[in-house]
Amino acid sequence: MYTFSSKLKTFSFVLMILGALGMGYGFFTAPKTDDVKEMVHTKAEAHETDENDGAEHATAEMGSEEEHAHLEHVLHQAQNRPWSAFFISAFFFLMISVTVLVFYAIQWAAQAGWSIVLFRVMEAITAYILPGSILLFIFLLASGLHFNHMYAWMSPEAANDPILQEKSWWLNTSGWMIRGFVYLLAYNFFRWILRKNSIALDASGDIKIYKSTFNYSVVFLVIFAVFELFMSFDWLMSLDPHWYSQLYSFYVFASMLVSGITVIAIVTIYLRTKGFLPFVNSSHVHDLAVYMFGFSIFWAYFFFDQFMLQWYANIPEEAAYFHPRLVGTYQPLFIGMIILNFVFPFLILMDKDFKKTPWFVITAGLILLTGHFIDVYQLISPATVGNHWSFGIPEISSLFFFLGLFVFVIFNALTKASLHAKGNPFMKESEIYHYS
Amino acid sequence: MNNKVIQAMYDDDDVLLKAVKETREADYHIEEVFTPFPVHGLEKAMGLKGTRIAIASFIYGVIGFSFAIWMMNYMMIEDWPQNIGGKPNFSYAENMPSFIPIMFELTVFFAAHLMVITFYMRSKLWPFQEASNPDPRTTDDKFVMEVSLDGDEKKMSDFLKKTGAIELKVAEKS
Repeated sequence: MYTFSSKLKTFSFVLMILGALGMGYGFFTAPKTDDVKEMVHTKAEAHETDENDGAEHATAEMGSEEEHAHLEHVLHQAQNRPWSAFFISAFFFLMISVTVLVFYAIQWAAQAGWSIVLFRVMEAITAYILPGSILLFIFLLASGLHFNHMYAWMSPEAANDPILQEKSWWLNTSGWMIRGFVYLLAYNFFRWILRKNSIALDASGDIKIYKSTFNYSVVFLVIFAVFELFMSFDWLMSLDPHWYSQLYSFYVFASMLVSGITVIAIVTIYLRTKGFLPFVNSSHVHDLAVYMFGFSIFWAYFFFDQFMLQWYANIPEEAAYFHPRLVGTYQPLFIGMIILNFVFPFLILMDKDFKKTPWFVITAGLILLTGHFIDVYQLISPATVGNHWSFGIPEISSLFFFLGLFVFVIFNALTKASLHAKGNPFMKESEIYHYS
Repeated sequence: MNNKVIQAMYDDDDVLLKAVKETREADYHIEEVFTPFPVHGLEKAMGLKGTRIAIASFIYGVIGFSFAIWMMNYMMIEDWPQNIGGKPNFSYAENMPSFIPIMFELTVFFAAHLMVITFYMRSKLWPFQEASNPDPRTTDDKFVMEVSLDGDEKKMSDFLKKTGAIELKVAEKS
């Protein structure tokens, strides 16, 4: 039985309080709509001096009406910043716990033997799905009710856009909200039922429960495959409503699955060094590291597939998505992310002995998590805050808040049940699991 | 004097594995074990050193990767610049994404082929090599453990019989 160490508890609370304060500051200091006229005057003067990306702003002789529209756009982007920061962190941590649930369901559906000793760790990480989806749903509500300008297709100007009119049978606010609610409801339902069954299995060891968990896992995997596809389209890809890529959902899934497995590995190693998981041996850690390595390459594969086809074809409406990322202001993030997410794990997780060394896996894991956070950041930011991105108080405090909440929820969930899922019929196989 | 071996034949891989362990514990020197298929844990039981083929494979991969970079630079940039899809044909860096599939392919190609060739060379399996297993039945369903003969032949035979050998043969090893 795990006891929540007071140090960690304090740490998570400090993160949450600091984060909440910073987020409040971010929302409070975001420019108000009344400021738009003021900005027309002040920005017009500052216009020539602070623009460094010529293409978009090179129109010195812009008509005052156009200029006004442009400044309104800039204002919207500035107003979006705290929302964007909130969304990035909320999505990142929610998807980590959802993909951990997917990984967990895969273990059930495959009737895997090696991973049973890690089941309680995985279940604890999925405990974050409930608070995470509530917070994310607040964001969805706020977007749908026009508290922010994150989704361009929701704005009234979209009515004049023939492409968005064509897409409006899918991209309309009410449908979008209902779908968002259904996705989150499904994740929460399956998390609840799988956890309930796992605890019940501990008490009775009844094989019927085992079979029903298997069935639920299979159903969840099928439902998730469909929902994740549309969830990525709805929440992320529609930020750039003119652009599309069929690979996008798999790309997002790969990114989040690596992060999820990395979190499993880090929490496992942490608990093991504290002595709470005596039945986990270095072979289990090794196998988690293999998954981290493998799915990093999986991610790189999808990344490159999506990128290269559009880069090579160079069709304007497709290239518009990659322009800010590849050659625009997001270039350091875009290139840095490839190094962090592919080159580093590829080289440092290749050796078998390194995968068995806990501190090595932790280091690689932290690099991977940083890289995939940057990945989510560069997926969302170019469309919402535009070219003038920064990583300041709103972003850092959102990250702090959600990280604190995440740590608190998962370690609190670890105290709720024995860390040894003794009811599972494959437990013995997992305990003696040994990779040559 | 010390080039005689006893070839003990077994008909089950589990028995063989146990016999290998017992033989090593009894301080006899195992020269070689012939099996018709890979037996799990045999290399550990025999006390063989870990393979270094992974390191070799990494080096071959790096060679293939570098070769791909050099080759594409020579072909597409230096020797005969071609305009494909309007990509700048004077700059390697700006054309790099289209060369990544080739880098990947040649890395895999070099690593895989050179690794297999290395393995054959190390196992002395070059062309026209005569088979060196002592008994053709080891390619079918029997296992042979070769133990170098030192000291009392009778005592050793009794020991090997006890480990489950079904057939014993003393042979001269060149």
